[in-house]
This record gives sequence, structure tokens and C-alpha cells, in this order.
Amino acid sequence: MIVELFIPLLAATIQSGTPLLYATLGEIITEKSGVLNLGVEGIMIVGALMGFLAASFTGNPALAFFVAGLAGTATAAIHGLVCLVFQGNQVVSGLALTILGAGFANYLGTSFVGQSAPGFSPYAIPYLSDIPVLGPIAFNHDPLVYLTYVIPVIIWFYLFSTRHGLSIRAVGENPFAARAGGLSVSDYRWAGILGGGFFMGLGGGYLSLAYTHLWTNNMTAGRGWIAVALVIFAFWRPGRAVFGAYLFGGIMSLQLRLQAAGTELPSSLLLMLPYLLTIIVLVLSSWKSSKSAAPAALGVNMEPSE
Amino acid sequence: MLHLKISKRQDPLGWRSCFVIFGAVALALFFSALLLALRGTPPHEGIFVLFKGAFGSRWAIEDCLIKAIPIFLCSLGVAIAFRLQIWNIGAEGQFCMGALGATWMALSFPDQPAWVVLPAMVIMAVIAGGLWGFIPALLRQKMQTNEIIVSLMMNYIAILILDYLVYGIWKDPTSFGFPMSPTFSDAAIVGKIGSTSVNWGLLHCAVLAVAVWAFFRFTTIGYELKASGSNVKAARYAGLPYNKQVFLVMILSGALAGWAGFIEASATVNRLQPSIMVGYGYTAIVVAWLASLNPFYIGIASILLAGLRVGVENLQLDLQVPAAFGGIMEGFILLTVLAGGFFIYYRFSFTAKQ
Repeated sequence: MIVELFIPLLAATIQSGTPLLYATLGEIITEKSGVLNLGVEGIMIVGALMGFLAASFTGNPALAFFVAGLAGTATAAIHGLVCLVFQGNQVVSGLALTILGAGFANYLGTSFVGQSAPGFSPYAIPYLSDIPVLGPIAFNHDPLVYLTYVIPVIIWFYLFSTRHGLSIRAVGENPFAARAGGLSVSDYRWAGILGGGFFMGLGGGYLSLAYTHLWTNNMTAGRGWIAVALVIFAFWRPGRAVFGAYLFGGIMSLQLRLQAAGTELPSSLLLMLPYLLTIIVLVLSSWKSSKSAAPAALGVNMEPSE
Repeated sequence: MLHLKISKRQDPLGWRSCFVIFGAVALALFFSALLLALRGTPPHEGIFVLFKGAFGSRWAIEDCLIKAIPIFLCSLGVAIAFRLQIWNIGAEGQFCMGALGATWMALSFPDQPAWVVLPAMVIMAVIAGGLWGFIPALLRQKMQTNEIIVSLMMNYIAILILDYLVYGIWKDPTSFGFPMSPTFSDAAIVGKIGSTSVNWGLLHCAVLAVAVWAFFRFTTIGYELKASGSNVKAARYAGLPYNKQVFLVMILSGALAGWAGFIEASATVNRLQPSIMVGYGYTAIVVAWLASLNPFYIGIASILLAGLRVGVENLQLDLQVPAAFGGIMEGFILLTVLAGGFFIYYRFSFTAKQ
């Protein structure tokens, strides 16, 4: 009885957590290179719209998902231009990107509100989905969820076990030493911004291509900001990001279920849960743990050298 | 072969930086016009309609001033926090809480005269807004929590509280199910100046701006805040009470946004309803940065960005451009002004290279 109740909830948890996971991983890559990108919300919504448009015009969801990622990279490139080339304040640039991205997506998306586009459908993996309990929870999803079972491992390996990943972390920890050591700080930070933007765009694409198959304005609903908070919660580690994303996925799907079940609780209070949880989680992960987990040069611009 | 050399200026550009700002805004307009074209609106016509709608008639200018009032107050608050490098992006929520506080008083004292109910509304708005600014400051100073995310999350929470109230206990029984509070009593409404449609909130702005200016100019605490703002590390080293300063600026910041919420609910809408939240708190950030955090320039920039909003409404009516176009323009302006800052602090020279 209990199991029957919890299996759909946990399966929904994974699905709601997936867009957060993509975006959080993207922000981890960017922040590891020492760049704070607060524009995740704006980048995600642009990714969501571009993915949706690509799907409705080409009819190919896989291509559309890739387009969502590229749209994320393109939007993040604005942040790179402002912060890396023109030395703009990273906090403000990220905010501007959020305002711009939301404006852009709602502007172009207004004529498509409520329309649907081809997207991804659940595909039960043979044999694995037959495992009791675990099967229906984890192996009866759309292919984009399965991708997230591998991507965190790849990103972890890239950041912590490859030369390029080491360089990214070096420019994030101590750009001056990295420059003295012959690394191009700007090149690696560009890599962090563009690569991270790709995953944020994928997170947005997941929303319009798999989570729903339609376009609504403001469909990210603060998920980008939650991703920024999750990076802190995850101590900048991809593995913990998975845990954090599913925690929020859990609260989001629980809230939806309570609403659908018609509880006495007003929906506005239920809708508050993810935002309240974000604050609580931030407090818990920042309290007493020093800022040592953050890349030391996070948010600090490098002045152009002679 | 010519080689581009970038070097830091000895002194930042001074008054000539207004050319940089002007150029940045022009560039932002250009990008926005491109997006108009992308959706099939003739760009020159669009920009013309935008400006004509914003500043082309007495009605438009009055509407501009009405919208500039809440933007100015929020922006003044945001700028105080930004100066200390406290990233309060919660003006939207603090504004919302201010409107809630004011509404609470207006609905509680429907029969009181204006001299009782209006001050009560201001005080409750300032307390509610200040509290919404205080919470991120408290978590930041005691728990090392990132104030950017907390203040932003509190925007969502404040708006959901508003929804909860206007769909629930504050709902007007005669509203045919629409989520809105009853109309305030006449005593709880800030009136209009003479025969114009602009409300006395404009005067509140002037008084508060002078008060903020005088606070920074003539009081020790204000002077110390300015010192911390120009160099946080040095100020802490000099023994200034940084901890208290963070609380102070966040409460002030929230209180000013709360005051804006009071004026919006009382003078503009005359009641509480969800449509009161139109993003003034975010526009305030654009304004603050556009004005380099200077109170006088904030006044000018508020009117400019309020004008954009009025102009975009006109675009929507005349050329069916979606309202979100305003967000695009604000985003572009903020980005180009940020990038333009580079030309204020750095100089370029071309040197011959062998």
C-alpha cells in the first residue's frame, strides 16, 4: 500500500529534479572557472523556448534538445562578453541576463502559448524496469532522464580527472597563479561560461520537450534561481548536485500531488514550498561551513593584461 | 601594424561618462529594434510609437511620472544596499510587503480620518518592507547565507502571500470572484495633485530623496556608510560597525521599497490585487545601475524607464507588440551600460608594433 503510493511520487521526483539537475551542473561548470552566472533563469527560459520552437518546426525532439543547449550557450555568451571582455560586474550582468532572457522568451513565445510540440515520451528500459520498486522509479522515464544518470559522472571526471578540468578549476581558484603558470584565464573562463550555458539550456529544453510538451510563458518559475542555490548546497560537487536536485524534485512533485488531491491547504502556500526550502537549504549548507567550498576567485574579474 | 593597447585610466572618465551611458542606451535601443524586426514590426515605426507613447502627450507624461514614483523609491533603496555591495535584489518582494502592510491598515480602519489611517499605512508598509529586507540581512550576517538568492526567493514568497490574502481573507465579497481586496476608504487614498492625474507620491519621493541625501551628507552614520561603500575592507579595518551597517542598509532599502508599495496600493490601484506586481522592483535595479547609484541620476533614470514602460504599453496597443518587449529593453540597457563601464575605467590606444 505504502509502496504503491510512493513509487509514482519518487518517479515524479526524478522527473521534476531533472531540469534542476541539468541547470545545476551547468552552473557548477561555470562557477568552477571562477565566473558567477546568475542568469541561469534567463538562460533556461531561452533554452526552453528555442527547444520548443525547434521541435515544432523540425518535428525532431533530439535535435530540438540540442538546439536548446546551443541557445543556452549563445545566451551565456552575452555574460562572457560583458564580464570577460568588458569587465562588467558579474552579479549585475547575471541579473540583466535573467531580465533579458525572460523578456525575450515571453516576447517571442507569446504567439505560441498553449501550443504543443513533439517531445520525448517515457521509454521503459527492458529488464531494468522490471526490477521491483527501483524499476518503475528509475527506469521508466524519457531518454533525457537516463542521460542525467551518466552526465554527472562525466562532468565529475572532466573537472577532477582531466587536464582541461584541472585548468578550469585553477583559473577559478587562483587566476593570477594560473596566468603566471601560462594558462589563458580568459580562454578557460570562456569554456566554463559556454559549456555551463549549454547545460542550463538543456535544463530549459527539458521543461518544454519532456516535462511538458507545450509552451507557457514564465515556465521556468524560479528553477534557475533554485539551481544557483543548489550549487552552494552541493558544495560545487556534481554528485551532491544529484542529491539536491532530487530533493527539490521531491518537494515539487509532492506539492503538485497535494494540490491534485484537493487538500485543505491553499495552493499559494503549497507553491511557496520550493522557495522556502531553497532558503532553508541555503541556511543549512552555509551555516558554520565556511566558504571554503566555493572557488576562491568566484565573481572576481581579471583585469586585462598589458 | 597597429596594436590595440588597453590600459587603466588614472582617473575614471568623470562627466564625460554621460556620453558612454548615452551610447550604451542607444545601442540597447538598436538591439531592441532588431528584435522588433524579428517579429515583423517595422523597427523605425516601433521606436517612434514607443517614444511618442512615452513622452508625446500630457497624459503620457503624467502616466510616466505615476510609474516613476514606485520605481524611484525602490531604486533609491536598492542603490543604498548596492553601495555597500550588499546585493539586495528583493525590492520586488519588499514592495509587495509594503503594499500588504498598507492594505492591512486601510482595511482595519475603514472609518478613521486620513490623518490617522494614512500614517498608519505608511508605518506598517515601512515595517513590512523593512522586515523583508531584514531577513536576508540576518541570514547573511548570522549564517553566511547568500543574500542574493535569499532576497530573490523572498520575492516569490511575498507574491504568494499576496495571492493567498486576495484569494482568501481579504477578498472583496462584491468582486464577483475576482482576486482583489475591497476598495480603500477615501481617507486611505493618497490624492492627486491639482487637476493632474499624478498623485502626491511625487512629493513623498522628493522629501524622501532629500532625507536620504541629508542622511548621507550630515549624519555620522551616513558618513560611515559612505566610507564603507567606497572601500569595505578599509572601513572594516578602521573599526566601522560593518555588521550593523548591513542590517541598516537592508532595512532602509526594504523600507523604501515598502513605501513604494504603499503608494502604489493607495494612490494608483486604491486596493490590493495581484496585478499590482508588475516588476518595479527589478526595474529599480536597472535604474540604480544606470544612474551609477547616484540619487539625483536615479530620479532621471526612473522617469526614463517609467517612460519605456508607458511606451511599451503604447506599442502593445498600436502595433500588438507583446508586453515582454519592455523586459528585453531593460535587459539590453543594463547589459550595455555594464559593458560601457569598461570605457569609463579603461583607455585604448593604438601603438605601432614591429
